[in-house]
Amino acid sequence: MKELFPRKQVMGFVFSLVLTIVALLVYFLDMSFAVGMTVLLLTAFTQAGLQLIVFMHAGESEDRGSIYLNIYYGVIIALLTVFGTLLAMIWGYV
Amino acid sequence: MDFFDRFAIPHPSPVIYASMVAIALTLVAIVAGVTYTKKWGYLWREWLTTVDHKRIGMMYLISALLMLFRGGADAIMMRAQTALPENTLLDSQHYNEIFTTHGVVMIIFMAMAFIMALMNFVVPLQIGARDVAFPRLNALSFWLYFWGAMLFNISFVIGGSPDAGWTSYFPLAGNEFSQSVGTNYYMIAIQIAGLGTLITGINFIVTILKMRAPGMKLMKMPMFTWSALITNLIIVFAFPVLTVALAMGTIDRLFGGNFFTTTDGGMDMLWANLFWVWGHPEVYILILPAFGIYSEIIPTFARRNLYGYKSMVASIVLISVLSFVVWVHHFFTMGQGAMVNSIFSITTMAIAIPTGIKIFNWLFTLWKGKITITVPMLYSLGFIPIFTIGGVTGVMLGMSAADYQYHNTMFLVAHFHLVIIPGVVFAMLAGLTYWWPKMFGFMLNERIGKLSFWLISIGTCVAFFPMFISGLDGQARRMYTYSEATGFGIWNMISFVGAIMLAAGFVTIVYNIYYSTRYASRDISSDPWDARSLEWATHTPVPDYNFAITPQVNSSEAFWDSKKNGHKLFPGNYKEIHMPNNSGVPFIMSAIFFVLGFALVFSIWILAVIALLGIFACLAHRSFEQDHGYHIPVEEVKETEEKLGGARQ
Ligand code: HEM
Ligand SMILES: [Cu+2]
Repeated sequence: MKELFPRKQVMGFVFSLVLTIVALLVYFLDMSFAVGMTVLLLTAFTQAGLQLIVFMHAGESEDRGSIYLNIYYGVIIALLTVFGTLLAMIWGYV
Repeated sequence: MDFFDRFAIPHPSPVIYASMVAIALTLVAIVAGVTYTKKWGYLWREWLTTVDHKRIGMMYLISALLMLFRGGADAIMMRAQTALPENTLLDSQHYNEIFTTHGVVMIIFMAMAFIMALMNFVVPLQIGARDVAFPRLNALSFWLYFWGAMLFNISFVIGGSPDAGWTSYFPLAGNEFSQSVGTNYYMIAIQIAGLGTLITGINFIVTILKMRAPGMKLMKMPMFTWSALITNLIIVFAFPVLTVALAMGTIDRLFGGNFFTTTDGGMDMLWANLFWVWGHPEVYILILPAFGIYSEIIPTFARRNLYGYKSMVASIVLISVLSFVVWVHHFFTMGQGAMVNSIFSITTMAIAIPTGIKIFNWLFTLWKGKITITVPMLYSLGFIPIFTIGGVTGVMLGMSAADYQYHNTMFLVAHFHLVIIPGVVFAMLAGLTYWWPKMFGFMLNERIGKLSFWLISIGTCVAFFPMFISGLDGQARRMYTYSEATGFGIWNMISFVGAIMLAAGFVTIVYNIYYSTRYASRDISSDPWDARSLEWATHTPVPDYNFAITPQVNSSEAFWDSKKNGHKLFPGNYKEIHMPNNSGVPFIMSAIFFVLGFALVFSIWILAVIALLGIFACLAHRSFEQDHGYHIPVEEVKETEEKLGGARQ
């Protein structure tokens, strides 16, 4: 019976619901822009990671290596793009 | 009548009316021709529904060549207009539409299709696979590209062409300054074709990572496959940015959004930023397959293995990261401060390093090689000096302070043509000539081929070198005319002569195809160049299943080893082969995308909703369809193999 019960998936599902509710709170509760943004960013990234690992089985096949490599590469490119854009459009703009 | 008014061209001319008639006549002729020869069934069964990577590659190839001529005609018109000062061949509006169309057609519909053509045909063969990982998605990629291209190409006869440049900068591209539907075509047609490209990206990454022949470790892949892998990786990470930017632009134009407007919190510069976040990686998407092609051709005709395999791989991997961190060099003059510009100047110059490594590796491969000068080799040799000039001027442009002088002048135009033409066009023509016998079973004529090479390479230099001078003298790009007093006349005239030579070169290529189809010997071996990689190890014509027995690989030049060092490439016996079924859904679904695109361009909402439902119906059909492919029995494999030239060892 224990093997049949998808413990990890159910826990993951509950956790992803919690993350969604926390993100929703930003809308319903009154908080500063900075705090709201931080909460949103944190919940969004955790959510994405959760989905990838628990529900899309990123780490469960022999291709684990190339899948994670792709994800790291994607994260690096995304960060470079976002911060580069902020730099060129806002921070470094005179 | 109101409804039909929107399809009128805002800025008509006799040439455009003539084109309308020509297009209509061509369509009628095609339909009549196919009906008359009773080829509809053949066309549908063998081509429109095919999922075979080889046929998809050929369809990409034909489309790319057509687009090359479309874009080339635009180019000749532009050069003719600017050949003389104060010329009145084209007015300013037409000139704007033509340079916009030229840029988009050449980059998105010609160059991209050409690399897709060669990747499709070659990569599965080179890694010893039966097809790509997702053959049906591959067909979808092609048809999305095809219908996207068709949508873009009808713009000049229905509703008017886009006229804000291939970069389509806002606010110029916004509703306020671009009132015709032209820019809608830009946003939506590129979006549709871009979806196809993104799908290819995923498809080929999976194919290369998962479907290599046993023994082919990553570091034993042929260089072209390596470059295809990295190209597709860049596609997967760069194209979503374009998708998003185009969607935002579409929302601005069709639904009154304010992403890129100058009012209501919009930021017009953000378009330029997003465009180049995609755009710079895009130029590497174009150039890397070319690098791969040269890395196949040079060793073959220098009779040596590629010098510095590991550093070649390292440099393209490095390029894949660096190409994402240089984009700001396209708008150094937009007003950001010196600190930002310096950062991106440095990254830009850094990217010249891996590129330089590759150049030296090719030179070292040539060194002490036994070189035979064939047409593919000529293009490869011509590429090296011309591309180096383009690259060096790129480094000049990359110095942000100096770029204030060069930016948006003909100097820039000279730079990018001198990297793209040897980098993409030469490579594609080299690859085309090189793989042609594998594709079609005969070789292209070498003498005509050499004539084309000389016309094209001299034409390139004559057409684009003068622009360095007129650019430094201050001739801005995209200006439809200039006064005689500027002194630009002579340079533009020389450039026009070069353009004519280029056009003549392309005509000789077409003649070569015609001539060789008629007269070339069909009695060639399956390995006419005495080449090194696996695509030459199978028969010509390549059977549906590519390889009867999966090849066994032990080095990056497995085929060469089997010829010279007694390596056993095809161990074991014939087995039953599992193949994918054909499907009409990709074609139909993409055609509906065309309808959707058309409806969006002209804001015909009811049609758009119907088309959208059609697309969902196709998706649903696919989800519920049971399709397990089919099996080719051993006897049939044996029969085919014997017919095609005896069993292979
Ligand atoms: C050595 C490597 C290269 C360097 C340092 C370089 C640098 C640059 C810079 C700084 C610009 C912007 C100049 C300006 O707008 O004032 C530029 C424009 C351009 N480059 Fe390159 N480049 C390099 C290689 C390439 C390659 C390999 C391609 C294509 C295959 C390419 C295609 C283009 C295009 C299409 C543009 C102009 C886009 C436009 O504004 O319409 N470049 N390059
Ligand atoms: Cu660039």
